[in-house]
Amino acid sequence: MRETLAGTGTLVRLGLRRDRWLLPLWILGFALTTGSTATAGANLFPDVGSRIEAANTINATASLVAMFGRVYDPASLGALSLIKYTAFMAAVLAVLMVFVTIRHTRTDEETGRLELLSGGRLGRDAPLAAALLITFGASLALGLLAAAALAAGGLPAAGSLAFGLGWAATGMAFGAVAGVTAQLTTSSRAAIGLGAVVIAVTYALRAVGDLAEPGPSALSWLSPIGWNQQVRAFAGDRWWVLLLPLALCTVLVPVAFSLRAHRDLGAGLREERPGPGRGALAGVWDLAVRLQDRILVAWAVAFVLFGVVIGSLASNATDLLSSPSAQDLIAKLGGAQALNDAFLAAEISIMGILGAAYALAAVNHLRSEEIAGHTEALLGTATTRARWATSHYAAALAGVTLLMLLAGLSIGAGAAVALHDSTQIGRVTLAALAQAPASWVITSVVLAVFGWAPRLTAAVWGLLVAFIALGEFGVLWNAPQWLMDLSPFRHSPLLPVGSGGIAALVALTATAAMIAALGYLGWRRRDLSA
Amino acid sequence: MATVLEMTGVVKRFGNVTALDGLDLTVTAGEVHGFLGPNGAGKSTTLRLALGMLRADAGSIRVLGLDPWRDVATLHRRLAYVPGDVALWPNLTGGEVIDLLGRLQGGQDAARRDRLLEIFDLDPTKKTRTYSKGNRQKVALIAALATDAELFLLDEPTSGLDPLMEDAFRGCVRELRDQGRAVLLSSHILSEAEALSDRVSIIRAGRVVESGPLEQLRHLTRTSVTADVASVPPGLELLPGVHDVVVADHRVSAQVEPSGLAALMQALTVAGLHGLTSRPPTLEDLFLRHYGAPTGEASTTAAASSKGRPDDA
Repeated sequence: MRETLAGTGTLVRLGLRRDRWLLPLWILGFALTTGSTATAGANLFPDVGSRIEAANTINATASLVAMFGRVYDPASLGALSLIKYTAFMAAVLAVLMVFVTIRHTRTDEETGRLELLSGGRLGRDAPLAAALLITFGASLALGLLAAAALAAGGLPAAGSLAFGLGWAATGMAFGAVAGVTAQLTTSSRAAIGLGAVVIAVTYALRAVGDLAEPGPSALSWLSPIGWNQQVRAFAGDRWWVLLLPLALCTVLVPVAFSLRAHRDLGAGLREERPGPGRGALAGVWDLAVRLQDRILVAWAVAFVLFGVVIGSLASNATDLLSSPSAQDLIAKLGGAQALNDAFLAAEISIMGILGAAYALAAVNHLRSEEIAGHTEALLGTATTRARWATSHYAAALAGVTLLMLLAGLSIGAGAAVALHDSTQIGRVTLAALAQAPASWVITSVVLAVFGWAPRLTAAVWGLLVAFIALGEFGVLWNAPQWLMDLSPFRHSPLLPVGSGGIAALVALTATAAMIAALGYLGWRRRDLSA
Repeated sequence: MATVLEMTGVVKRFGNVTALDGLDLTVTAGEVHGFLGPNGAGKSTTLRLALGMLRADAGSIRVLGLDPWRDVATLHRRLAYVPGDVALWPNLTGGEVIDLLGRLQGGQDAARRDRLLEIFDLDPTKKTRTYSKGNRQKVALIAALATDAELFLLDEPTSGLDPLMEDAFRGCVRELRDQGRAVLLSSHILSEAEALSDRVSIIRAGRVVESGPLEQLRHLTRTSVTADVASVPPGLELLPGVHDVVVADHRVSAQVEPSGLAALMQALTVAGLHGLTSRPPTLEDLFLRHYGAPTGEASTTAAASSKGRPDDA
């Protein structure tokens, strides 16, 4: 074995040991939801006629094409049932693989764990090689399990395999992307952020490309997520498209290793520059803001761009959504009822969930700051526990509220231009802001778990994923009503927000306040973790 | 002298591990109190309890007359703390962190801050990510020392500092004492505590086993002497203040109290002394001699001999 790769096997074992819950749970989760969707699809669309009608409606609805892509064979049950899985879930998969790759490369480097290991018989390239092996292996396992689950659900074996391999190749491609971003920044958060930007851009590229008539334009072919759609599983199974993500890997992996070879341990692409010798941070609130302002700005820019694009699609959507079958379909896909606003409402709900993801990441500073020992330094001063916790909790609440305000304004502005109706700005902004209280609830859950069972703080991410899955697929899966009602997002009022909506908002806000109060109680009583 | 810190019968458990087991500790105003113990003896736990970061399972804790669990903010305005593990925000500069901690403390003396930066030779414009361990330690020290606290709780404050900086630190602590402030200085280095402390408490396995002025604890500071002589004179172990005499060929080693040094040196010189090393005993030596094996080791040995270590399970 080459000298620079020495110890790769040991690191793979270490990584798998650390991920022994994370990876199997995610892989199983992906495979099981995919399989159950295949079964549910067969019940929803029992005959070819209903499939063709649904598929044609999707293909004619710009917002759905932008969000999920096209159904390339209207008669194919697999292509129709898995419409949300080829782009949307592939992007979620990409996020997971970026996260796993960075976790085993830049995060270990930033925390100094890698320095500890590097004293041993460990080659310079071993950490990156091990991380990529883990990501590639996990992608392959996930894809093959998903294929097996689809085939078991009654779909054609060849299409199932094409679908699974498409996911595997997408996961590998984004693992390789993260292998490169891990070399560029000194902070692991920034490396994950860069990876997320790549995912968002590739998603947007294929959205615009898919909207071109007829069929996808060259833009879709520039996007790895677009490639996954162009494999066209169950609609022609174009195996050769799988070569594209693999080719991307063979380009990116050597780039990552070469970047690593040309930098020092712990260093990024840029030299660390000196900063101010005097601090202007006046207290914990300033500190909380400082710790997340850049990330918030990045999210805000993404929200505004995304919002304007979605808003300007409004006229298309309202024209096309007037057929009874379209209304029926939107209902089946878990969207809103009010036909006129269904499209905007559905998009605003998605923004609401993205906003919740931001809030969750922000409020998780509570735990990460405690683990890092920063909280100990701050509580050694005259800062009280409540004040410190409030700084991160309130920053998360304010952050998501600001994001929803921006989402509302930009979607509203786009819609106002598209529909020649300036009143859209106000009502859309109100509807977007109405999504905030649901994310306040899940933010408060983090505070409560942090107060009473701090080690489980990060597990609230799983709760968010469960809520999203229930919201997207609950109807499809025939989930019991009470279970779906547990999700705060289900209670967010939709466009147009009426007086009933106000009551729901008050209830959500009160729930958030009660859960937060519980969290404060626990946090005041428990020991600080050392 | 006024008592600034008083802990009586304090018990702290983490799950089924008892970290503190009836700890008593008193610090009075205007003294530097050395708090000595090996790793894992409970020093940091004691300080965190005194800061209200942990809650005691039993016993009473008063710091500056206040209950640290209840009166956190009022109390912390009057004390300063340097954690044992200094963790800083990687993307802030050292200067930003010092100023932030100072403001949270209720204000620091700007002139004093600048003077400390000079004394400790720290560049405040660098991101803390680029600091060495010693420089991170300096950030926490400067932030604490620049405040006007009545009580300083310092958890192994010199770890990572070079000898020059250690010396600068000692100067600062003496200055604090001259101003009538109290310092609780935890350490596992006996010589550091000796150099600074008026009184010393020694903690072992969650209990304070020795406490008092340094002179009273003189018996703890025997010097370890090893000498090469032409012929070993008989009866060395009978000399006053000479203990644990071990003879091997022409080499003698012994533990000697300060009062016994002169007599021993005389005897060795007469015997034809041609090689001599002496060193103050380490804390571990003291524990070994006074209390047998350190408890940590004793328990692991016991566990290993019975059914294998519990942490291997």
